[in-house]
Amino acid sequence: MTAAAPPLVQGGTPESPRMRRGAPARIRALAANGPLFTVAVVVLVLLVLTAIFAPLLAPYDPEQINLKNSLAGSSPNHWLGTDQSGRDTFSRLLYGARTGLLGPLLVVGVSTLLGIVMGVVAAWRGGWVDSLLSRSMDMLFAFPAMLLAMLCVAVYGAGLTAPVIAMMVAYTPYVGRFVRSVARQEQSRPYIEAYKVQGWSAWSICTKHLIPNIVPTVFAQAAISFGYALIELAGLSYLGFGVQEPTADWGVMVNAGQSPLVKDVMLPAFAPATAIVIAVVAFGIVGEGLADRVAKRER
Amino acid sequence: MNRNLLRFLAGRVVGMVLVLFATSFVVFSAVHLAPGDPVTFLMRGRPITPESRAVLTAQYHLDQPFLKQYFLWLGDVLSGDFGRSVQFHQDISTMITDKLPTTLFLVVYAMVIIAVLGLALGILSALRPGLIDKIVLVWTGMAVAIPSYIAAIVLLSIFSVKLGWFPIYGAGEGFSDMLWHLTLPAFALALMFAGLLARVTRASMLDELSREHVEVARARGVPEGQVIRKHVLRNALGPIVTVVGTMVASMLVATSIVETAFSVQGVGSLLIKSVTAKDFPVVQAVTLLVVAVFMIANLIVDLLQPLIDPRVALGGDQK
Repeated sequence: MTAAAPPLVQGGTPESPRMRRGAPARIRALAANGPLFTVAVVVLVLLVLTAIFAPLLAPYDPEQINLKNSLAGSSPNHWLGTDQSGRDTFSRLLYGARTGLLGPLLVVGVSTLLGIVMGVVAAWRGGWVDSLLSRSMDMLFAFPAMLLAMLCVAVYGAGLTAPVIAMMVAYTPYVGRFVRSVARQEQSRPYIEAYKVQGWSAWSICTKHLIPNIVPTVFAQAAISFGYALIELAGLSYLGFGVQEPTADWGVMVNAGQSPLVKDVMLPAFAPATAIVIAVVAFGIVGEGLADRVAKRER
Repeated sequence: MNRNLLRFLAGRVVGMVLVLFATSFVVFSAVHLAPGDPVTFLMRGRPITPESRAVLTAQYHLDQPFLKQYFLWLGDVLSGDFGRSVQFHQDISTMITDKLPTTLFLVVYAMVIIAVLGLALGILSALRPGLIDKIVLVWTGMAVAIPSYIAAIVLLSIFSVKLGWFPIYGAGEGFSDMLWHLTLPAFALALMFAGLLARVTRASMLDELSREHVEVARARGVPEGQVIRKHVLRNALGPIVTVVGTMVASMLVATSIVETAFSVQGVGSLLIKSVTAKDFPVVQAVTLLVVAVFMIANLIVDLLQPLIDPRVALGGDQK
C-alpha cells in the first residue's frame, strides 16, 4: 500500500489525511456503497430506534402472562402470536432488542477502547506490552469467549454482568492485535515522521493524528465484532446463563420457543431467531462496507 | 528430521506448555477468586457436612499454601484425577469418559461435513467466478451469521417435526442408530464452520491463482486439472489448515450448545448442566479438557505445516 505523502502546508503543520466532511455528504457517500449497504444501515437504525422506543411501540406488556391464550397463532391482536405463557411475541421481540443490543454495545465499546490503547501502545513502544498482547492472544485462542463466560457464570452466577465482563476481557486482545497492525502501518507514513521532526510529543501525535486516522478502520471491525458479540451473548442467554426469564431477550425467547417448536408451533422460536440473524447480517454488511470504504480511500 | 524442524517444533511445544500453565492457573484460581471461602463456594446451596468439607479440602489441598495447592492439584489433574462432582458424588473422570464417545462421534461427524462442504464450496467458488461464486458467497455469508442454536432449531423444526425424518432428541445406540440420531446435530454444528472454511478456502485459492508460478505452469502446458491440484490447492492448503486449527476451540463450545439443543448426553451438555447446577469441579475439568484438546489439535496442525510447506520448517517465509 503506497500512500502519497500529504501536502505540507507552507510554514504550517502538515495535514493529516483525515477528511472532514459535512453530514449530508457523509450520508450520500454511505448510500453510494450499494443498495445492500443502505438497507443494512436502515435496518440498524430501525433496530436502535426499536430498542429505545420499545415501551411506546409494544402493544402489550412483554411480561404479561395470559395462560388462557397460550401459543396463539398470528392474529390482528397478536401479530406474531403468543408464547407458551400467553405473552405477546411481537412485544417481547421489540423489548428483546434492548438487551440484544445493550450487551454487545458494552462488550464491543469497552473492548474497542481498551484494544485501541493496548494496540497503539504496542505498536508505538513495542516491548512488554507487545509480548503481553501476543501471549494473551495465544491464551484466548485456546480459551474462546463463550468458555470464559461460562467459567465466569460458574463462579459469579448467571445474569448479564458475568458474561459481559468475561467477553470484554476475551475480545480486547483481538481488537488490540488488529489495532496494532493498523497502527504500525499508519506509523510508517511520512506525516507521522513530519510531526516527530517538528518536535511533537508521542502523546500528541497519537491522540491528535494517529488514533483519529485509524478510528474508521477500527470502527468497521467493531461493527463486525458487534454481530459476533450479539450471537454469543444471545447464545449464553439461550443456555440460561445470561438474561433471565421473564425478561424479554432474543436468546431467552429462542430457548422458551423450543418446546412449542416440537408441537409444530414455530413463531415463538423463529421470530427471535430471525431477529438475531437479521441483526447479525446487517452488522456484518455495514462492517464490511465501511472496511471497503476505508480501504478505497487509502488507495 | 532436520535441526530447523526440531527447533520449530520445540518452540511450539514450549509455547503450548506455557499456555497450558496459564490457563490451568486461571481455571484453578477461580475457586479462590469467588466470593466467600472455597468450601462454601464449591458447595453452594448444598448442605456442608464435615465429610464433604474433608473431601473438598483433600481434593483441592486447601490445607496447603496457595501455590502449593495449585501444583498439587495440577499433579492430580495430569494423572487423570479430576476429583468428584459435588452434585452427583461421582468420579469426574468416569463421568467424562462415559460421555466422551457420543461427543467424539458428533465432533468427527461434523468435521467430515465441514471438510467436505467447506472445501468443495470454497474451491468451486474460486474456480467458477460468476453465478456460482455469488451463490456461495451469499450462502457462506449467511451461514457465518447463523449461530449453532438457531441452525439447531431450524433443522429440528423442518427435518424432525415437519418431515419426521430424524429423531427430535437423544444420541441413539450402535453405529447406524447414532449416525441417524446425530445427523441433525452434526449439521447444526457444521454449518457455521463450513461457511467459514469455504470463505478461507476461496480467498486462499484466489490468492494462489493470481500468482506467477500458476501462470508459468499454465504457459508450460501443464494440464489445468494438474495446475489446480498440484500448484494452486497444494499451496493454498497452509492457511486452510491453520484456520481449521483455530476453529477447534470454538467448535467445542458450539458442541456444548448443540448437544444441549438436541438433548444429547455428551461432554458438552455435561458442561452446560454443571454450570447451571454450579458443579464447579466438573466445570473445571471440562474447561481444561477443551483447552487440552485445542492444544493437541494445534500441535497436529503445526506438525502438518512443514509437510505442506517445507519453507515453514526452514524458518523462512512463514506466511
